[in-house]
Amino acid sequence: MGDDMVTLELQGVAKAYGRRVLFRNVSLKLHAGRCLVVTGRNGAGKTTLLRIIAGLARPSRGEVCLSDERGPMDRARMRQSLGMVAPDLMLYDELTAAENLAFFARLRGLPADEGRQEKLLERVGLGGRGSDAVGTFSSGMKQRLRYAYALQHSPPILLLDEPTSNLDAAGEEMVTEVVAQQKAQGLLVIATNNAEEVRHGDEVLHLG
Amino acid sequence: MKFFTWAEGPWAVLVKDLQSEFRTKYALNAVVMFAITTLAVVSYSVRAASPIPGQLSPLLWLILLFSAMSGLSRTFVHEEETRTANALRLAADPNTVFVGKLCFNALLLCLLDLVVVPLFLVLMGAKPGNASLFIAVIACGSMGLVSASTLVAAIVAKASVRGALFSVLSFPLLLPVLISAVQGTEVALRGAPWADGAAHVKVLVAFTGAMVAAGLLLFEHVWYDA
Repeated sequence: MGDDMVTLELQGVAKAYGRRVLFRNVSLKLHAGRCLVVTGRNGAGKTTLLRIIAGLARPSRGEVCLSDERGPMDRARMRQSLGMVAPDLMLYDELTAAENLAFFARLRGLPADEGRQEKLLERVGLGGRGSDAVGTFSSGMKQRLRYAYALQHSPPILLLDEPTSNLDAAGEEMVTEVVAQQKAQGLLVIATNNAEEVRHGDEVLHLG
Repeated sequence: MKFFTWAEGPWAVLVKDLQSEFRTKYALNAVVMFAITTLAVVSYSVRAASPIPGQLSPLLWLILLFSAMSGLSRTFVHEEETRTANALRLAADPNTVFVGKLCFNALLLCLLDLVVVPLFLVLMGAKPGNASLFIAVIACGSMGLVSASTLVAAIVAKASVRGALFSVLSFPLLLPVLISAVQGTEVALRGAPWADGAAHVKVLVAFTGAMVAAGLLLFEHVWYDA
């Protein structure tokens, strides 16, 4: 599903909760192969901006446009083209890791066979843990599973909120690999304050 | 062929909800315990008075209604409480989610009917004079409850006072279902012919159809903030 033509464009995007303005007039254009890093103090709106790009929140003003060679994407195409990892994006604790991935694969119209899920789990460092309930996972393992969820459809647009949150050194290495691969197949937006992660960025947007 | 491809999504949601439910008993415990408790209290206090069909029918629907209300909202509320809803929003078509949740609630209410209705008839010493009409009214009335409350559950899931809001929004919407279901059940218990109860069944089927159609049209706006 790699896509050289994918583009993210924000036009005058603003977000306010009542009188409290998080950010205003954010405009940018990001092409495939590029990585945007969003920084800013706590509460500046980094996560909110990612949620707006993902279509999970509505901007108070402005527009977000995701497009590819077929033109601007509607919601259905956005779902196929977008992957997201965020600390508040939870998977099902009562299901096993493999059941979670198989469920989301079916929803995305992908093959849900065990071999495929196991390969994905190995990629994120959870090989052999597919039959364990997610509720028994540590925070770091849950974060790894979020990567498997976000990458299973090889999305050309990847949004990472605090990408190395709860991860160990090996997990951080995995994130570096994911970032490099994503730049090769699409575009990437990272929300972070971690100096190491800011280095991944080709462009930096500072909020607040 | 296209339908079967489309149906894979709702089927996946239904199977996932059943797996989750069997492992957590999140809705099942609430529904069945409420039903059994209410049934026991009602039968203990009313049976001695030998109630007539006009009294049995509303009692049966009150038990079904309140038991259903304690469980039907949970399918969406659970997604919000465990913060899994966004993962679902990012992966699934809204109507896939709605139809999957609707089917799950329909199965839950079928199970409730299978437990409550025979027990109610035995404990109250009642026998439906027109069994086929009785089954039709119970089935169609239950689907009416499911169709309306699934949509309302999706609306209230993001609110902070979900329980109160669910009741406040559901009850006015469910009134036509309850009136028809109560009257249809009374006709069936009396043993009147199908011709006398058919109008109630038609109202229940029409209500269910309208609610499912409204759900399919409105759910996307309810499901997304944006």
